[in-house]
Amino acid sequence: MTPAAKMNLAKATATHIGRELLYRRLLWGVSAVLFVAAPFLFSQYWLYWVCLIAINVVSATGLNILWGYTGLASLGHAAFMAVGAYSVALLDKHLGWSFLVTIPLGGFFAAAIGLLVAIPSLRVRGLYLAIATIAASVILQFIFSNWDAVTNGMKGLIVQPAQFAGVQLDQPRLLYWVIVPTTIVMVKMASNLFRTRVGRAFIAIRDRDISAELIGIPLFKYKLLSFGLSSFYAGVAGALWAYFFRVVTPESFPIETSIFFLAVLIVGGIGTIGGGIIGAAFMTLVPELLRIGLTALGPWMANSATIIPSVRIIVFGVLIVGFLRLEPQGLMELFGRLRRSFLKARVS
Amino acid sequence: MTVDWVYLLEITLSGIGAGALMAVTGVAFVLIYRVTRVVNLAIGETLMLGAYAFFGMTSILGWPVLVAVPLVIAGGVLFGAGLERTIIRPMLGQSPVSVFMVTIGIGSIIVGVVQLIWGIAPHRLIPIVSEKPVFLGPAYVSSKSIVSFTIAAAVIAFFLLVLRFWRGSLHLKATASDAGAAYSCGINVPRVYLLSWAVASAIACAAGILIGMVGGISPEMGVFGLSVLCVVIMGGLDSILGTLVVALLVGLIDAFAGSFLGGEFKQISTFTLLLLMLWVRPHGLFGTAEIDRL
Repeated sequence: MTPAAKMNLAKATATHIGRELLYRRLLWGVSAVLFVAAPFLFSQYWLYWVCLIAINVVSATGLNILWGYTGLASLGHAAFMAVGAYSVALLDKHLGWSFLVTIPLGGFFAAAIGLLVAIPSLRVRGLYLAIATIAASVILQFIFSNWDAVTNGMKGLIVQPAQFAGVQLDQPRLLYWVIVPTTIVMVKMASNLFRTRVGRAFIAIRDRDISAELIGIPLFKYKLLSFGLSSFYAGVAGALWAYFFRVVTPESFPIETSIFFLAVLIVGGIGTIGGGIIGAAFMTLVPELLRIGLTALGPWMANSATIIPSVRIIVFGVLIVGFLRLEPQGLMELFGRLRRSFLKARVS
Repeated sequence: MTVDWVYLLEITLSGIGAGALMAVTGVAFVLIYRVTRVVNLAIGETLMLGAYAFFGMTSILGWPVLVAVPLVIAGGVLFGAGLERTIIRPMLGQSPVSVFMVTIGIGSIIVGVVQLIWGIAPHRLIPIVSEKPVFLGPAYVSSKSIVSFTIAAAVIAFFLLVLRFWRGSLHLKATASDAGAAYSCGINVPRVYLLSWAVASAIACAAGILIGMVGGISPEMGVFGLSVLCVVIMGGLDSILGTLVVALLVGLIDAFAGSFLGGEFKQISTFTLLLLMLWVRPHGLFGTAEIDRL
């Protein structure tokens, strides 16, 4: 390579990096403005979905820490969300504490129960672990529906609206200021985690647990930590959920919810923070989009409204099978490929 | 306090009946797991599909039972083979959890399709055997349970014998223990894979008819698959004998828990047992200890 060509290459790289930085700053700026302006721009209807997506992002990020980054699949995630939700409901009912205290406490209670479940379950791996967590979640579910004195059985518990400075946060427009900032903090914490010693240990365990042990990572300790962290995220998501829907019953978090979050990661892109976010947004909106689409078909299809639940189930299954079979890295990879092919087209 | 022996006997018999149905379905799990190392959670939904196909042929189209049963079983063979060839085989070798999730996805599609075709309301199958109760000594048993128990026992005995004495079962065993080595010895491994899925799905469809006959059918009856999965894991994922023993045991425990503690204790007792088993002996009662492969 001639010196002139080298110079050109260096220049090109520099402008490329500069442009990339600019894009990134622009993206941050636009997101920040959007974040502040959203409650004033959008209708209650859209803010409802924004809040629900944000809650699901927290939970999906938690499962991502466990499954995507540590390689331990859990089918008990919904049960830990339920622990968070019940903690909020009980703290609210008996002590009347502020959401500023109950939400983190919901996370800590879920983490405690998560560790309790993890200690016996982590003796097994892979699929057996997934099935052990199903068993644990069935047992938790049983406690929620039968410990009448505390959980009020199948009738469940009612949660009073969160209050801040005398204002009742009882609608999506107001709860937005609780849910979305919490989500941003939680996601940022998770993405920073994988630049630390602990996060790197998780990734090492996922990639090859035996080698991880050989380079001096105590497997059990870190797996336990990952389980606890993941349950903490689930608990916080459940706590937010409790303030959002304001009633918690044993049927609020069925085993299908756990499967839903595994599907979120598969569709979004497992083992990437962005994948959890995109997947949660996509999978939360799909049922609603199907409802809108099928309702719009109403004039032409007599039974279009009654088949909505069945179509949702089918689409859910097709998404899981389709992504695992054709695009195992999920929407993240799909978007990345689109972007690359777009850039290539522009260069040539 | 006097013990009501007749009552105990009736509970025991109903427990054995339920256990036999779990054992048949368990055979389908074991067959697929032994050969392809896939835990197929769609077995429960395949079972539901078989029951609904039978319902559609007999109750809606009015075909005779003797035509419908072979057709459902043949349909099960085609369904299992098609599933293996199009979705499962390209996924083999990927992480077991991914393949497990694929089967969950398949199950979800089946539930949706069945709901679209036949609706969400539960149905009853046409009575195949007389509704007249049968008395075993002093204890009352419904004749449906006796017939389903007999068929279940026959199916299991048939598979135990075939796997023990049929020459072709050597192909299956060779493939199960080392697919690569079996392939290099000239065994047509892909065909064994295909066969295991086809036969297992046919068993599941047949089991669906039996279960539907006893308890009626609904799109949610696939949940039964989850209980059977527990049984299979406790018995050892690759052991038909273990499945049989644990299925009868769990059937009995469920029946007693249901009668003496209340219906809501049925599921919890199974899952508590499963958690204990995973803790003490993760590869199950009769399974091979090779859990690290997973």
